[in-house]
Amino acid sequence: MPSELVKEYFRTQNLAHIWCPGCGNGIVTRAIVKAIDALGLNKDDVCIVSGIGCSSRAPGYLDFNTLHTTHGRALAFATGVKLANPKLNVIVITGDGDSSAIGGNHLIHACRRNIDITTIVFNNNTYGMTGGQFSPTTPTGDKGTTAPYGSIDPNFDLCNLAQAAGASYVARGTVYAANALEKNIKEAIQNKGFSFVEAMSTCPTYYGRKNKKGTAVDMVEYLRDHAIMKAAWDKLPDEKKEGKFVVGKLHHIERPEYTEQYDKLIERVRKVD
Amino acid sequence: MAIKLMQGNEACVAGALKAGMRFYAGYPITPSTEIAELSAEALPKVGGKFIQMEDEIGGIAAALGGSLAGLKSMTATSGPGFSLKQENIGYAIITETPIVIVNVQRSGPSTGLPTSPAQGDIMQARWGTHGDHSIIALYPSSVREIYYTTIRAFNLAEKYRTPVILLLDEIIGHMREKIEIPENDTVEIYDRKTPSVGPEEYKAYKVPQGAIVPEMAPFGTGYRFHVTGLVHDETGFPSGNEQVAEKLLNRLMDKIEDNIEDIVTYDEYMMEDAEIGIVSFGAIARSSMAAVDTLREQGIKVGLFRPVTIWPSPEKRLAELGEKLSSIYVVELNAGQYFLEVDRIAGKKCRIEKYGKFNGDIITPEEIVAFIKEDQNA
Repeated sequence: MPSELVKEYFRTQNLAHIWCPGCGNGIVTRAIVKAIDALGLNKDDVCIVSGIGCSSRAPGYLDFNTLHTTHGRALAFATGVKLANPKLNVIVITGDGDSSAIGGNHLIHACRRNIDITTIVFNNNTYGMTGGQFSPTTPTGDKGTTAPYGSIDPNFDLCNLAQAAGASYVARGTVYAANALEKNIKEAIQNKGFSFVEAMSTCPTYYGRKNKKGTAVDMVEYLRDHAIMKAAWDKLPDEKKEGKFVVGKLHHIERPEYTEQYDKLIERVRKVD
Repeated sequence: MAIKLMQGNEACVAGALKAGMRFYAGYPITPSTEIAELSAEALPKVGGKFIQMEDEIGGIAAALGGSLAGLKSMTATSGPGFSLKQENIGYAIITETPIVIVNVQRSGPSTGLPTSPAQGDIMQARWGTHGDHSIIALYPSSVREIYYTTIRAFNLAEKYRTPVILLLDEIIGHMREKIEIPENDTVEIYDRKTPSVGPEEYKAYKVPQGAIVPEMAPFGTGYRFHVTGLVHDETGFPSGNEQVAEKLLNRLMDKIEDNIEDIVTYDEYMMEDAEIGIVSFGAIARSSMAAVDTLREQGIKVGLFRPVTIWPSPEKRLAELGEKLSSIYVVELNAGQYFLEVDRIAGKKCRIEKYGKFNGDIITPEEIVAFIKEDQNA
């Protein structure tokens, strides 16, 4: 029997989902829904936009205004939706390839504008939908079907990228610490501006198998054992950060929000007239 | 009566505003930039929104987002940007999202001759996005006609829930000429049909009895539905079923092909007693019109056929002309793109010849006269 949460927020007629056994995407999707539920948002006022890839299939299962767009373009579509109707809570669900390779340009410019959109990147370090090619977040040296000898590409730190480009809220969580992830997503939705949450997910089918990462559980445990909370991270000497990554709320500032600025512009222009 | 001296690109924005445009997203590119500039100036004054996106793809994507949120939306570009927008034109087709895409054409391929005219995107307008589809593309020929055709582009986009491509020539986009717009212009404005049923009964892609397209609820109005570029059934959710795919694609093509009479418009000049025809559009149709006058003065019975709806083709009339005329000259600023279409439709009995140019220069009336006379005397 589906839980109350599933009955309330999921399009149960469209389940089961397409994700592989052991995939972390369901945990991230649940965290998003729990955050929306905790905030008491009206479902009619939530618009979830996605691009293409495994994670981008999530909106089809969710009972909101949902928009499954073209590869990499979720943020550009979402920008249009939000600017046209600023009352909507716009949430973008995207993957590491979708957001930072083919959609990288839209990501940095959405950050720069500080438009009130919450972006959740399901980072599974690979292109899962197409069968496990390396992505911009595949750690250097790891394998993908297009990196059979190990990737020589340096990998992105997506949170640093988002912060540098101007996002006003940045956090990273994992599918191991689902409650912490939910808390960060909640803060992200509440932030009036562009919010970026990197959810470290797992792909045991492609990335895991190709890189001998063990079972789905082993991969989740890896996230548990290598994630360090921000407060502790800041006190660590560099040599102890090697191989680990920082999680939690990483950045939060107040900056003028784009749609509010546009509304002010309309007011100003109309007064002059 | 307001009489103005107006540039073609300016008339496009004026027409768009008249049609109800309230959202514009785009990226600067010559020779279309004035359309973005004037939209940026005009839209906030009417409470609309303008956004300059980070690239051409973002331009059409944001415009589609604006349309889904309920606003009449437009984007404008030129050849290189038109190429970049193609994937999302397909997305607009399959998701039935109304949008007007203006392409002020320039010489190509690639960066080509950025400030020189060309009519080289005829086939890209028809087949630029992948997969089987129908498309509506309109091609005005004067500043005045740009104004009214832009209104019509919005009306058709909303009525048929489809992207409409407005092909302009650099020549007219940048040319200034007199335009008269009546104070109380009673031009028809079509607004999209919103749901006639409540959210419980609403199926986002179900065509109601007697309607052409599904009713469209803006996001945020209580109708929670799914929009996807995947093949979908009438609920809007993806399906991999062959019958669903065939039904959807047929419906998307039929809604245009079955309404050709409503969509197709064209103009004719001196065609009643013509023995020879010229087919020409946009700015070059004006050279062709002058050529008709010269040839008529010399006793040669020539008429001009000017498609304003270029896709779908004015097939019925072109076929009639193919029966009636001895020769048709397709005069276009490219290597012979629409020629292929005219030859297909009218070429069974009639001789179809092409006169094209693609070096950035225009085609003059004198050239057309010389070409036709030489060909007729050969």
